[in-house]
Amino acid sequence: MSRFGNIGHRLYTGEVSFDFVGRRKLWVIISGAILVLAVLGLSVRGLNLGIEFKGGDIYTFPKGSITLNQAQEAANKLTHDSSAVVQTQSGSRGDEITVQISSTEKIPADKGQAGLAANLGIPQDKVSTQFLSASWGHDISQKAIYGLIAFMVLVTLYLAFAFEWRLAVGALVALLHDLVITVGVYALVGFEVTSGTIIGFLTILGYSLYDTVVVFDGLKTATNKITKQNRLTYSDAANASLNSTLVRSINTSVLALLPVAALLFIGGGLLGAGVLNDISLALFIGLTAGAYSSICVATPMVAWLQEKRPEYLELARKVKQRKAADAKALAEGRSVEDDESAQDEVSIPAASTGGPRNQPVNRSRSDRRAGGRRG
Amino acid sequence: MASPKSRPRDGYPGRALSLILVIMVALVAIMFGTGNTKPRLGIDLAGGTSVTLQAKSTDPKAINPANMGIASSIMLDRVNGTGVTESTVQVQGNDEIVVNIPKGTNSTQVANELATTAKLGFRPVLAEQQQISASAVKSSPTPSATGGTKPGATPSPSATQPKLTGTASAAPSASKTQGDAVSGALKASPTAHASASTTAKAGTTPSAAPTAAAPGAPVSGQLGGTVPASLQGAFNALNCTTDAGRLQASAAARVKQDTDQIVACSQDAQGGVWTKYALDAVAVAGQDISGASAGLSTQTGQWQVNLSFNSKGSAQFTKTTTMLSTKTSPQNQFAIELDGQVQSSPQVTSTISGGQAQITGSFTQSDATSLSNVLSYGSLPLNFQQLEVVTVSPELGGSQLDAGLIAGLIGLILVVLYSVVYYRGLGLVAVASLAVSAVLTWSIMSLLGGAIGFALNLPAVCGAIVAIGITADSFVVYFERIRDELREGATLRPAVRNAWPRARRTILVSDFVSFLAAAVLYFFTVGKVQGFAFTLGLTTLLDVVVVFLFTKPLMTLLARRKFFASGHPWSGLSPERLGVRSPLRDGRSRRPSRPAASKEA
Repeated sequence: MSRFGNIGHRLYTGEVSFDFVGRRKLWVIISGAILVLAVLGLSVRGLNLGIEFKGGDIYTFPKGSITLNQAQEAANKLTHDSSAVVQTQSGSRGDEITVQISSTEKIPADKGQAGLAANLGIPQDKVSTQFLSASWGHDISQKAIYGLIAFMVLVTLYLAFAFEWRLAVGALVALLHDLVITVGVYALVGFEVTSGTIIGFLTILGYSLYDTVVVFDGLKTATNKITKQNRLTYSDAANASLNSTLVRSINTSVLALLPVAALLFIGGGLLGAGVLNDISLALFIGLTAGAYSSICVATPMVAWLQEKRPEYLELARKVKQRKAADAKALAEGRSVEDDESAQDEVSIPAASTGGPRNQPVNRSRSDRRAGGRRG
Repeated sequence: MASPKSRPRDGYPGRALSLILVIMVALVAIMFGTGNTKPRLGIDLAGGTSVTLQAKSTDPKAINPANMGIASSIMLDRVNGTGVTESTVQVQGNDEIVVNIPKGTNSTQVANELATTAKLGFRPVLAEQQQISASAVKSSPTPSATGGTKPGATPSPSATQPKLTGTASAAPSASKTQGDAVSGALKASPTAHASASTTAKAGTTPSAAPTAAAPGAPVSGQLGGTVPASLQGAFNALNCTTDAGRLQASAAARVKQDTDQIVACSQDAQGGVWTKYALDAVAVAGQDISGASAGLSTQTGQWQVNLSFNSKGSAQFTKTTTMLSTKTSPQNQFAIELDGQVQSSPQVTSTISGGQAQITGSFTQSDATSLSNVLSYGSLPLNFQQLEVVTVSPELGGSQLDAGLIAGLIGLILVVLYSVVYYRGLGLVAVASLAVSAVLTWSIMSLLGGAIGFALNLPAVCGAIVAIGITADSFVVYFERIRDELREGATLRPAVRNAWPRARRTILVSDFVSFLAAAVLYFFTVGKVQGFAFTLGLTTLLDVVVVFLFTKPLMTLLARRKFFASGHPWSGLSPERLGVRSPLRDGRSRRPSRPAASKEA
C-alpha cells in the first residue's frame, strides 16, 4: 500500500504522469469501438426484455421436493399448452421455483396461484405471485426516458452555471457514453432487462456525473489563471490536473464499486435475490464505464473544446514559441531560467492549495514559495 | 472562512460535534418514544400484496392531484372495509396509486375489486327504511331529551333529509325549518324507532327477510315507498348496520349498470340509524355535473352545497325534478349514490330548471365540503388499470431481506477495510462518520415509516447499500485534499483547515448532482424505483450533514492530537507514505523539487 501511496505523490507532483489528454485519439478509438459494438448489439440482438415488459404472471414458491417437471406439468395444466417458463433459483432459505406465464394466456393471478398450489399440493399462501400488465414495462421505460431528459437538461444547466458550458458538454457526452455502453453490454451479453435494471440505468446518471464533477472541480482550479503563463497549454494543464486527482478518482470509484460488487456477487450471485442482482449488475457496468469516461472521455473532450477558443489558441502558440526558444537556448548552451514573473502566478497543481481565503493565513515560508521552483 | 477575530480559525469543532450528538440522541429518543424502532418493511420484504393501479382517462386534465386523492381515499375505504388492517394506499407520481395489503389470503380478490371505478349518479328513491342496530338500542336506552318530534309520530324519513332547491325557489324559512327538522329527527328517541320496527316487520313478508329475523338483527323502521318486486329480496336481505352488509351492498351495486335499479345503504349512521334504500335507474349521471361547491347560503347563513349541471345534465335534472316534485315522501327524493353508497338524499319540492341547484340542510362546513367534493370528483371518468399485482409470501420476502442485509453488511465491511488499509487513522474517521450516517439513516427511516408510511422495499435497501459508497466518497475527497495540502509542505492543522473550503465545494457540487439525480428519479418514476430514489436522496442529504457536522469538526480536533499531527505511520498522514521527504513538523525544510507537470511517464 505504501508503494501506492508514493505513486499517489509522484502523480500529484507530476513526477509520474500519464498523458490522458494527449492520447485523445486512442480514447476515441477505444470508446468508438465499444460504442459501435454497443449500437450493433442493440440493433442486431436487441435487449432481452423481461416479462415485466411483455406482461404476464410470475409465480414463486419454495422448491421443497417438487421437481421442475412437476412444476412444468402443473403450469401446463393451467395454460393448456407448454408455454410457461419454469426455472429454479436459489434463495437464502433454499431453492425456489419460478413459473412465468405470459399475459397472452389470460389467467387471473388468483386463479393461477390457487391452481398451482392445488396441482402441486402446497399451501396457497406459499405461492408468491406477481402480475404485470403488458403496459407496465412500457410505462416505466417511458417514464425513465422522461426522467433521463429532465435530468440531462437540469444537470447541463447546473454544470454550465457551476463551471461553464464546455464542461457541461463534456460531462453530458461522458454520461451518454456510459449509458450507451451499459445498455450495449446488456444487449450483447443478453442479460434480462427488468424494472431493477431500469433503476440501475437511471442511477448511473447520478454516479457517472459524481465522478466527473470531482474531476472537473480539480480541472477548473488548475486552469484558472492559465493564460497568464506560457509554459503549459490548456491540454497540458488539464492533463496535469487529471493526474493529480487520479488517486482520488480511483479511490472514489473503488469505494463506490465495493458495495455494488457486494450486492452483485453476494446478494445476487450467492443468494439469488432478483431485484438486487438486476440493479447492481447495471450499476456495476455503468460505474466501471463511468470511472473510465470521466478520465478518458470527459476531460479530453473538454480540452478539445477549450483548445478551440481564441485565448487558448493564443496560449498554445505562445507555449510553442517558448519551447522553441528554450530548445534554441539549450542548443546554444545557455541555461534556461525561470525569468518570467507571470509564470509564478500559476502552478499546477500547487494552485489548488488554497480555496477562498479572505484573511491572511499563517503559512510556512515553504508554502509561500510553493510553485516557484519549477522546471 | 471570513470570521471575526475572536473566533478561532478552525471554528468551534466542539459545537458542531455536540449539535450532531444532540440530533442523534433526539432522533433515537423519538424513535424509541414513538415505538418506531425499525423501518417499516415493504410488501416485497414482509410479505403481502401490493397493487399498482394507473389512472386512465380520455380527458388528461381529469388526472390531477385532487382526483387522485379522492380515488385513493375511496380505495382505502374499500380495502379497510374488507377487514384488512394496516393497509396503505398511496398516490405515487401523477397517475398511479399503490395499494399495499399485508399478508392476507384472499388479497388478490381485494386487489381486483380495487380497480373498479367509483361511479356517481343521481337516482330517484323508490323506497327507504331505517335500520337501527340492536347494539345501538341497548347502548342508548335513555329516552331522547329532544322533544322536537312527537314520540308517537312516524319517523318520517323525509324529515331526515336535506332539501334540493333551485336557485330562485329557496324559501329561507322553509329550509331553516328543514335543517332543524333534520337535526331533530336524527336525535329522535330510540323508542320511536323500536316501536316502529314492529310495524315494519309486520308489513314485510317474513320469509323474504332472513337477516331481519336473525338474532341480533337490526331493528328496522317503517318502510316508506314501494320496493319493486325485482329488488324485494335484496332489499329485505340488506342489513346496513354492519360493515359486511354495507360492503356487500356496495359491491353488488358496483357491478350494476346505470339503467339497473339497485339497493344501497346510507353512507353513515345518523345518530345510530342507518337507512337502506331501493333506488331507481340513474337519472343524472355524475359526469353531467359540471361543478359543485360548498358555500354559505346568503339567505339562511347556513352551509349548503351549490351544484351546476352541463346541458345534458340540466335537461335530465329538470325532467326528473318535475317528476319527483309531484310525488310524496320518500319518493320525492334524489339519492346521490357513489360506489353503492348513498351520500345524501335531498328531497325535491319543485321543478328545478336552469342547471343550478342547492342542497340545503343542517350541514356543517365539513359535511358540505365533503359532499361537494364527492359531487365534483366522485364521478370523474377516472378508470384504473392494474399495472402490477405482487403477492409475496413472508418466506420469500424474508429471504430477500436476508440477501439484501448480508450483501449490505459485506459491502460495508469492504468499504471499511479499504478505508482503514488505505487511509489508516483517517480510515477510522471515515468509519466513525459512516456509523453516524448509519444511525441517522436508520432512525429517520424508522420515523418516516411511522409518520408518512415510508416502507423500505428491496430497491430501497439496495439504494441504502449503494449509498455507502457515496458517503465514503465525500470522505475521500476531503482526505485527499488534506493530503494534497500536506504534500505542499503544510503542517497538519493548517492543512486540515485549508483543505476544507475546496473539499467542501467539491462535496457540495457532487452531492448536489447526486441529489438531483435522486430527485428526478423520484418524481419521474413510481413504485419500486421511487423507494430507491428516496433512499438515495435521503442518504445524500445525510452525507452533507455528516461531513459538515461530524467529519470536518472531528478532523479539526484530531489535527490537534499528537498522533496525527506528528504524522504517525498509522495516522494515514505520515510523510513517508505521502512521499514528502522531510518530517511534517519541519516547515522550513526543503520542499521536494517538482518536475514539469507535462512530463510524461
